[in-house]
Amino acid sequence: MNTVVLIKQVPQAAELPWDSRTGRLKREASEGMMNPACKHALEAGLRIKERHGGTVMAVSMGPPEAEEVLREALALGADQAVLLCDPRLAGADTLATSYTLARAVERVCPDFDLVLLGCHTTDSETGQVGPQMAEELDLPAVCDAEDIQIQGKRLTARRVSDGFLETLELTLPALLTVTTQEFTPRDTPLGGVERAFAQAQVRVLDAEALGADSSRMGAAGSAGSMLRVYSPTAQKKGVLLKGAVKKNVQDLLDRYGDRLGGLIRKDLGLEG
Amino acid sequence: MEEAQKQVWVFGDYRNYFQNRVTLQLIARARELAAAMDGQVCVLLFGHELQDWIDEYVAHGADTVLVIDHPSLKVYQSETYTGLLVDLARQHRPEIILVGATSFGRELAARSAKRLNTGLTADCVDLRIDEQGLLVQTAPGFGGNLLAEIVIPRHRPQMATVRPGTFQELPHDYLRAARVERLDLPPNLPPERVRLVKSERLPPREQALENAEVVVCGGRGMGSKKKFRNLHELARLLDGQVGATRPVVYAHWAEDGALVGQAGRQIKPQVLFSFGISGAIQHTAGISGNPFLVAVNKNPNAVMMQMADVGLVADANQVCLALIRELKNRLRT
Repeated sequence: MNTVVLIKQVPQAAELPWDSRTGRLKREASEGMMNPACKHALEAGLRIKERHGGTVMAVSMGPPEAEEVLREALALGADQAVLLCDPRLAGADTLATSYTLARAVERVCPDFDLVLLGCHTTDSETGQVGPQMAEELDLPAVCDAEDIQIQGKRLTARRVSDGFLETLELTLPALLTVTTQEFTPRDTPLGGVERAFAQAQVRVLDAEALGADSSRMGAAGSAGSMLRVYSPTAQKKGVLLKGAVKKNVQDLLDRYGDRLGGLIRKDLGLEG
Repeated sequence: MEEAQKQVWVFGDYRNYFQNRVTLQLIARARELAAAMDGQVCVLLFGHELQDWIDEYVAHGADTVLVIDHPSLKVYQSETYTGLLVDLARQHRPEIILVGATSFGRELAARSAKRLNTGLTADCVDLRIDEQGLLVQTAPGFGGNLLAEIVIPRHRPQMATVRPGTFQELPHDYLRAARVERLDLPPNLPPERVRLVKSERLPPREQALENAEVVVCGGRGMGSKKKFRNLHELARLLDGQVGATRPVVYAHWAEDGALVGQAGRQIKPQVLFSFGISGAIQHTAGISGNPFLVAVNKNPNAVMMQMADVGLVADANQVCLALIRELKNRLRT
């Protein structure tokens, strides 16, 4: 079983400064981490390898710092890591991203049996790259898989979809996206970090190395175009209480206790 | 169908209650979009024995319903439904296709956009037509807090997914008439490669959080899993329910079912306590009904604090503990 796991580095903080001129995130202002669902996908890949043999290759697209999450993948047990890194790949929507990642998978692991992704990322949350890669690679696919069983070339996956528990069956090669429901990621094994830095390499590819159509990658290959980014404005003019916590809590209940108490049918008004 | 007229399409998703509702909500918004571009609303309906749904979508505002009714379409299938949608879109060239952001709809929309080589914006919270006749899609971006306006200038159709509950459906009108076009299953449809072996309907999930009048929500600002548990004590005293943000659920401080927001539960309490939550749009989108909002955060500039009726600038857990003490005092007297 040769498995490719797609991994994305996402900002750790939910609130990031952005460049109001370009509408892009100032990613350099944040610490990065491996996107949670990607980490679960990697765990699924590692468990499949443990049971069925084969290799796990981690592939990411991003800035040079994204190498960190690939080192983490190596430390956790991935055999190889590839980073697609090229300024020309920036600004891609899911149409361009799925094209680029599909070409990369074909390039670095042409004999794959399984492609795994997280069901969505925490920074853009579209969940579109998985199914779009399945289209691009013309693979049978299951999104939001929670359980994966493999017998020979037959894969059975279970998922929850719109209030139904579904069991689906397909023939490898295939693509799956994995939720954070199962496949709780392991802790980094002893010696993993050392292995990741001392022995393993992160192979870096640029756009040319993919040998793909550059007009379909990055901002050039994207259909969507951002008009503007803005912060939703505050809706209320409220009261701001600062200072001693105990006094403020008493104030709060003195002022609004009646309203709150009426709702829950308890007396919370003025003390005494 | 009048090919000269611009078309706004809605995918008729009907498998469960929420899927049907989001279809109705999208038809309502599609009518506004169609009016702005002098076009018409067309609902696509695939499946078997569909008459009830045809009637429903006509009554709620469809001008045309394109129906493919066949026993082999009885269960939802991603590849097959994508093939049908894409074929029809290539024939009729709609300007816009709207799909409900259900599990099935998200995958269907992503696949279809890919095959049609066009743009797709996920989880739109607003849709309108601008002066140039382009669809302006407003969607949360960058992990929350920000909204982005996105257009698809050169590719067609312009595609968007929308979460259930984002738009309001129109009242039904069973006297409404519309054109219903029944189409045959295309003969050359490739077989579905993903076989559905078993499907069981899960019991309707617990709705306590959705129906609660008092909700106590906690975010990462609570500090730790142990401190987060204090919120349960507070909720108990207030006869309320506990909700959580995504980072908290990811960190296993709270169960998945407690997630409030776009990806989780939609709440509509009378009173909402918000502890240590910055107010990312993915979270706030799950709150409706304009509750009386008490927010606690060390950062007075957090979105949640700006939205609050009462904002306490303080450590979330400290306030939670103080509230528990104070409530116990008052409830005793």
